[in-house]
Amino acid sequence: MYGKGILKGLSVTWKRFWDTYTEDISWMLRGKKRYNTDEGIRHRSSKDTKGIFTVQYPEEQLIVPEEFRYVPFLVYDEGADGKKDVRCTSCGICAKVCPPQCIWIVRTNDPATGRPVPVPTDFYVDMDICMNCGFCAEYCPFDAIKMDHDFDIASYGRNIYNIDKLLKPASYYAGIRPENYTREEEARKAKEAARAAKAEASASAA
Amino acid sequence: MATALQTQTVDLVARFPAIVTADARSGYTGFIVNKENLVEVATAVRDEFGFDLLTAVTGVDYIAENKMEVVYHAYKTIGGTGLAFKVQVERVDPIEVPSLINIWAGVDFQEREAWDLYGIKFTGHPDLRRILMWEGYEGHPLRKDWKEPFFEEETKPFKSRWPEGKHTFSEEKNPFRDNLNFPKDFDPEKYIVNKEEDLYASLERYTTKDVEGSMKTDHIVVNMGPHHPSTHGVLRVAVTLDGETIIGLKPVMGYLHRNHDKIGERNTYLQNIPYTDRLDYFNSMSNNFGYAITVEKLMNIQVAERAEYIRVIMAELSRVQNHLIFIGMLMNDLGAMYTPSLYAFEERELILDIFEAVSGARMMCNYFRFGGVVRDVPDFALKKIHDLVTDRLPAKTDEMERFLNENEILMARLKGIHVLNAEEAINYSVTGPVLRATGVPYDLRRADPYSIYDRFDFDVAVRHNGDMMDNYLIRFDEIRQSLRILEQALKQIPQGPINSQKPAYQVRVPAGEAYGRIESPKGELGFYVVSNGKPNPYRYHVRPASFVNLTAIESICRGTKIADFVALLAMLDIVMGELDR
Repeated sequence: MYGKGILKGLSVTWKRFWDTYTEDISWMLRGKKRYNTDEGIRHRSSKDTKGIFTVQYPEEQLIVPEEFRYVPFLVYDEGADGKKDVRCTSCGICAKVCPPQCIWIVRTNDPATGRPVPVPTDFYVDMDICMNCGFCAEYCPFDAIKMDHDFDIASYGRNIYNIDKLLKPASYYAGIRPENYTREEEARKAKEAARAAKAEASASAA
Repeated sequence: MATALQTQTVDLVARFPAIVTADARSGYTGFIVNKENLVEVATAVRDEFGFDLLTAVTGVDYIAENKMEVVYHAYKTIGGTGLAFKVQVERVDPIEVPSLINIWAGVDFQEREAWDLYGIKFTGHPDLRRILMWEGYEGHPLRKDWKEPFFEEETKPFKSRWPEGKHTFSEEKNPFRDNLNFPKDFDPEKYIVNKEEDLYASLERYTTKDVEGSMKTDHIVVNMGPHHPSTHGVLRVAVTLDGETIIGLKPVMGYLHRNHDKIGERNTYLQNIPYTDRLDYFNSMSNNFGYAITVEKLMNIQVAERAEYIRVIMAELSRVQNHLIFIGMLMNDLGAMYTPSLYAFEERELILDIFEAVSGARMMCNYFRFGGVVRDVPDFALKKIHDLVTDRLPAKTDEMERFLNENEILMARLKGIHVLNAEEAINYSVTGPVLRATGVPYDLRRADPYSIYDRFDFDVAVRHNGDMMDNYLIRFDEIRQSLRILEQALKQIPQGPINSQKPAYQVRVPAGEAYGRIESPKGELGFYVVSNGKPNPYRYHVRPASFVNLTAIESICRGTKIADFVALLAMLDIVMGELDR
């Protein structure tokens, strides 16, 4: 029969249409909210999703995974009385590895000796050029530069972030990437313990 | 399984003693052919040695030796390793090399590209116009002495970034001053870009004939694009029509051109990986794969076992979502607006969620490193892949088939519309599903296995009619085969390290050349990389599948109706990021 194939196809569309309602009703009967809740959004991007698939941005936002990366920021540790301990030593590896070369670092020189000090005077990232590859965070030996989760940075002008705008506390980093943070902290503690043990060993030997 | 013909070593020197010499440079392979005898040797390569598929043609500018080289990579469609042969000419304009277009029609666009970017004149090429740059452009950008307008330094990293990195905009520092070339007697006030005559002259024309009993008609030239919503991006096509029938057609491209090759030569090896994401932006995982195996070939390193599996899993997931999008977008082009394509997008989103969880980005994954991958796949992602592969994707593929395959309108549009036959397809260097739909079982995962594809049990999807319907159905076959590979890979994946190398932001690559290729969802994706031992590649060339497949478009479309053109173009599955590079 001519038109049978079309009807067969339409049955798929009809089933999808039907699913949107049955799915909503079943969530309602279970007393759960399918929209504007984390659970609902998670369900919509799981393998069992059916019915309405879309996430109504910006009222709803997809939950980004831990590894999600969007433009870098600099991490500082909160010292006593609100002092910012910037982790960056201005070694320049991020600037060297950056594929579009959007990182600009001004190294600090000691005014007395003229020797470089391991703190950046200023640090620029040209966010319009940044391609979000994450190399800077990947190759930073001091865990000082990390990729952010905040992707709503649309603006009318050019986005060149200087060090003030780039600095974010380690607690923020721990918030967006808990697993990475714990792993790095453990590695750091292990390293420090090893160093202390070594120092102790050499001290006792002397 | 290798047959005698596949493993037979090729000794061109013995066959042409005075004409051909082996390439003796360290790290190089292949043969150097005398320029005068190129056509003769190439004919023998095709007819006597059986290398019927010429995949890549490109130039290399050896400025220090004052030489320009053209590199050809020929393969057999029955599988096996390839043959590289080269021609070297003095680097003095005009640089002339005989064209091989009468032996392999597929060199058409690639020779035009070499002319455009290197200024190598291919004598005998019937339509040697610029292809990626516009007519009237001055200079040949891939030459080593050519500099772009915002030129800073030959190679990255630039010295201005550290330790005195005061941010400056390049346009402030360099307002088109030193490195902009104008022709002699150039007056910008009087300059009008009007170089389209060559394009229109290259189109086949229909001369008005007064046939008895028929209406007197004339041809008409129609420009489709570059802003046509159905040409998959900014592709422009100039078509001559006789009524509704296409009699001549030329694609005009380069609207998205950014000279990926030149950027690649400025970058370090590592910095190129995120740039390859931007080639075929649907399949950044496959692009990474191709580039990574090429550089690994040069570096001569092994890939960590677990990483091999992760790579295959990612590449096959990428293929599944590419083919789903292909099906959806084809329906868009046929007029079934959005419903099928959005159904396809749902599954794609779920796959992209996985990419995002492992690599951090949905499309620009930047996931591969030399020797492995950047980070391990977390368990929840592996579980999700497993659920999708065993549970959801097979069901959804079936649903898609139920939804579309028996549709009478679709059948009327697809069945019996001829795309290519096997001979034409091979002659035009067409690869990928389009070639396999003509009955040639040429899949690099089997024909020239790379990575660990030889460990999996799967069939090469083949269809035999070469019409649109087969081109469409073969995508379903490939999705099913990819799911088969994925299932096996998920079962076999071992624990272990994910990179065989120590993480390093600069890799040491010994001098030499390498041509690496993979079966990307769109066809053969090749990378030709020449290293001179420095931190940056000396030559970095991409052989994109869409670009070479598009060579056949005129032959495909001639004689068909203009209404079918959009669908035929969709069949080639082009993507402008890769086509224009």
